[in-house]
Amino acid sequence: MTTQTEPKDTQESIALSVRGLNFYYGDKQVLFDNTLDIARNRVTAFIGPSGCGKSTHIRTYNRMFELYKGHRAEGEILMDGINILDPKQIPALELRHRVGMIFQKPTPFPMSIFDNIAYGLRLHTNLGRKEIAERVEKALRGAALWDEVKDKLNQPGTALSGGQQQRLCIARALANEPEIMLMDEPCSALDPIATAKIEELIDELKRRLTIVIVTHNMQQAARVSDYTAYFYLGKLIEFGDTETIFTAPKKQETEDYITGRFG
Amino acid sequence: MTEHTIKRFEDELTLLKEKVLSMGGLVEKAIQRSVRALLEMDSKRARKVIERDRAINALEVDIDNMTRSMLALRQPAAGDLRLIIATIKIVTDLERIGDLAESIAEAALQAEEHPINQFQHSLEELANKSVAQLQKALDAFAHNDVEQALAVIESDDKINRMFRSIQRENLTYMMEDPRQISNGLLATTIGKNIERIGDHAVNIAEMVIYIVKGHDIRHVDHQTAAALISGDLDEE
Repeated sequence: MTTQTEPKDTQESIALSVRGLNFYYGDKQVLFDNTLDIARNRVTAFIGPSGCGKSTHIRTYNRMFELYKGHRAEGEILMDGINILDPKQIPALELRHRVGMIFQKPTPFPMSIFDNIAYGLRLHTNLGRKEIAERVEKALRGAALWDEVKDKLNQPGTALSGGQQQRLCIARALANEPEIMLMDEPCSALDPIATAKIEELIDELKRRLTIVIVTHNMQQAARVSDYTAYFYLGKLIEFGDTETIFTAPKKQETEDYITGRFG
Repeated sequence: MTEHTIKRFEDELTLLKEKVLSMGGLVEKAIQRSVRALLEMDSKRARKVIERDRAINALEVDIDNMTRSMLALRQPAAGDLRLIIATIKIVTDLERIGDLAESIAEAALQAEEHPINQFQHSLEELANKSVAQLQKALDAFAHNDVEQALAVIESDDKINRMFRSIQRENLTYMMEDPRQISNGLLATTIGKNIERIGDHAVNIAEMVIYIVKGHDIRHVDHQTAAALISGDLDEE
């Protein structure tokens, strides 16, 4: 079905190995036999028209779907040898610590900037006040937000601009020190400058973690990602290095979508 | 290929291709006219070619403006991007061919004082071959025809060999009779100009393959190129 299911450079270390992933909303199958490898410390972009399954696919990586009744996944997603789809092999809470997620709309908690990050740390760790403060600063620096908020850490997170709120959410995810960061349309509610800051941040973050981003903005996929996967109707149509996908894709369907000849 | 969702972009791409082809048409005519001016010692015709080069240059600028704005405003990708990139390069080749036609026309004016009668036949044949190559390359561009483009690339050797043989022939005339040297040099220069047309046709043909197949086969040997095009080999 797909022309390429593995990163072109075989030297790449693999963060996630997806094998024969099927997904069902009740009786309705929406993902069909998706197989691909996500390279470690690289940015992989998922593109495709609305309803193609890219968000459904990314949400299996941290079992977000478990929150809804009747949603189920089949197949294997291997992370360091464990199948993360199997609750017996890894509990959801641990998985979501290791695989963080950023959503389309910034979702700061209704509390101070500081507490937005400290809240989770207090809940899940036994860190002291000083250590928590250190972790908060580290997370905010990691999300390139520290300089803008260091003098107003006690102000509500919701008072920040949209772009800053999104970076606050990234900081909150970073505080858990995840290995993988999933981003579902992280910039679609942001202006071009805030978008550029997030993209710059993505480039910075990939030194430390693996990023999988779903985007409707093809230029964004072209700008930020190393690998691009094109989905259509729940099937992985083409997967390869981003440069090839955007200059000389192998499949006509990919070509039509990339060049705006779709539908 | 299916139509572009943005109709205006689709129209722009069509127009771009049409402009390249009409520039190609002008260039083709310029070469044919300049060669005829040379063979028929028609200085009026030669001057017309020189004059008309301006139209070719204007079209070059026009097409460049168009590709520039398409890159800036449409963010083209994949096949559209390849067409635009290739167009930028093809236009440069066409403009150079236009300049070669101008040079040949200028040589035609000089030929009034330095007759090149004994070279006429071989130069004419060389010119016919080169123009045919240009026509084929443009035809391949018009129809995204990889086979035709490959044929152009493979035939270039014939033109090169023909030019070398003209060169050798000239040399013998010049050695026999030193008074023939200035005529002989002029004929060699003209021959070189005509041979260059073939090289530009090859460049255009290579771009056609890039447009259709996405492979850059410039500076690779025939075997590698053939393997790339047939899809047996991945580009490094």
